[in-house]
Amino acid sequence: MTDAVWVRRWSSVSIITIVGLAGIIAILAFGPLFLGSYWTSRLTTLFIYIILAVMWNALAGYAGLVSVGQQAFFGLGAYVVIRLSDAGMPVYPAIALAPVIIAVLALVLSPLALRLRGGEFAIGMWVFAELAHLLVNLDSLIQGETGRSLIALSAFAPDVRRANNYWFALGAMTIFLALVFVLLRSRMGASVQAIRDNEEAAASVGVRVMATKRTIFVLAAAGCAAAGALTLSTLITFQPKTFFSVQWTAYMIFMTLVGGLGTFEGPIIGAIVFFIVESLFGSSGVWYLIALGASALVFSLWIPRGIWGTITARSGIQLMPIGYRLLFRK
Amino acid sequence: MIDQIVQGVLLGGYYALVACGLSFMYGVMRIINLAHGSLAILAAFLVWYITEQLAVSPFIALLIVVPIMAALGWILQRTVLDRSLRSGPLTPLLSTFGIAIIIDNGLFERFGADTRSLAPNIGDLSYKSWTLPGGVTVGQLGLLTLGVAVVLIVGLQLFLKYAPLGRAIRATAEDPDTAELMGINSRSVYAAAAAIALGTVAIAGAFLGMRATFDPYSGGAQLIFAFEAVVIGGTGSLWGTLLGAIALGVAQNLGAQVNPKGFLIAGHLLFFCVLAVRVFAAGGFSLNWLKALWRSQPA
Repeated sequence: MTDAVWVRRWSSVSIITIVGLAGIIAILAFGPLFLGSYWTSRLTTLFIYIILAVMWNALAGYAGLVSVGQQAFFGLGAYVVIRLSDAGMPVYPAIALAPVIIAVLALVLSPLALRLRGGEFAIGMWVFAELAHLLVNLDSLIQGETGRSLIALSAFAPDVRRANNYWFALGAMTIFLALVFVLLRSRMGASVQAIRDNEEAAASVGVRVMATKRTIFVLAAAGCAAAGALTLSTLITFQPKTFFSVQWTAYMIFMTLVGGLGTFEGPIIGAIVFFIVESLFGSSGVWYLIALGASALVFSLWIPRGIWGTITARSGIQLMPIGYRLLFRK
Repeated sequence: MIDQIVQGVLLGGYYALVACGLSFMYGVMRIINLAHGSLAILAAFLVWYITEQLAVSPFIALLIVVPIMAALGWILQRTVLDRSLRSGPLTPLLSTFGIAIIIDNGLFERFGADTRSLAPNIGDLSYKSWTLPGGVTVGQLGLLTLGVAVVLIVGLQLFLKYAPLGRAIRATAEDPDTAELMGINSRSVYAAAAAIALGTVAIAGAFLGMRATFDPYSGGAQLIFAFEAVVIGGTGSLWGTLLGAIALGVAQNLGAQVNPKGFLIAGHLLFFCVLAVRVFAAGGFSLNWLKALWRSQPA
């Protein structure tokens, strides 16, 4: 006896997308060889933005956890690189290790943080970021707000450094995109969305709420730490005020909301939009920031699905095969 | 030591002022308004601007600013928050965060980066104090702030308990749908509650300006202080908020004795300790999650 319906996860569109995406990343891997120094460093920034947007979206769009304090992990990621480098570790291994250390920290923090709901979690994380900022200020190595440079980077010629930063950012972006993709395609993808929609109901049908939220929380912390460590490698100087600024979270919220909260593709599109907007208007200072806030407001109220969510709702296209489609057998 | 505690209690008066609007709004609408601190700074700038332009006392200016902020609260509720409330629990956080960014940067655009203070405009009130036996000094402004906070909180409690609108607010907070069945227009009640909350924010902004300095980006810190006071005191009770605010002020002043940065650190640590105790009391801490980690099966 055959079932009347079957579940389709892959479609020809999604296969083309995945192959295309892999192709783009493969081509990008040769970037420093044919891109000039300007585009090499600009694209490095774009990769970092994509990591940030995808991580914030995983938290808010999938686990329903709005955090205003992700700059805590961003700043701590950079701080850990400074500390490891000072302890004699080579720079790039330190950048790779920082997200792992921050993931452990997030794991320790999670029993407390994840008991908070809604706005409590949002501002609670912000308080945590402020506390982390103040404690890092106390470290004599950082000298308060003076900050400290990643001196070991000067061992690399500027061109080599730029290319290394680029490859690290591209690699980190690929890894985090793949992790989120695998996570959302697994059982956890369904659990995490069930929790977002109704935590009690999800728990009642056997979803392990805490374990699921914890995985996303730790992943998002690691991603933001990677982004922080990579940003340090491009800026070279660690200034606590810059790295622990709530502005980073404002950027993440903007990118996710504009691209499409709760979709896989949305934050990537949002990051590209943000990257373009910043390149065009970033120098116009305060009006640019007002416009970012205004678009976050407008999108959250009137276009809650964002650019990508609106497109998929209209056309039914799903590029990445993370959902389920129920089809009738002819 | 005793001096530090007394100063902490007085500082707590200011925190109570800035927190009671946040606590009130959370109690009624279940919204944590992320623009709360920025709105307080907006009010401080308005008071400062009117004081400078009309050459009047900040207290006179406050009489003008309270209705302005209340009207702003009404408009905010009608245009943004109503809509946010209907679209799920995350939207109010996102939309009010957007508003905070707009206010902060808008103030920066209009008034620049200079720090301002209303202290020069209130004459000797800003520094006059009484000396208690034992050498403890009590600043008049600090005492006035604490007094206003207590009066405001008592007033809000009485209002909620006895006034018809207060009862309507409580009914709506309890269950908006049932309140509607009883003939209460919950949208109007919410708008009135937002107006009241922002009226208190105006007062908080004015007192912040009198006792300290502020700049366009001070809003985030005020939001955090207000939120810490609410959480330390236990959400959903205005008296709790007053106690939480005082505890926060005392912790900060004691922390400052240890280290110059200890002022803020002690406040944040107290906040996290209270949270940890609350979670622990609710049976939230167990080591089951550690065991669960070892099990390989995901979710």
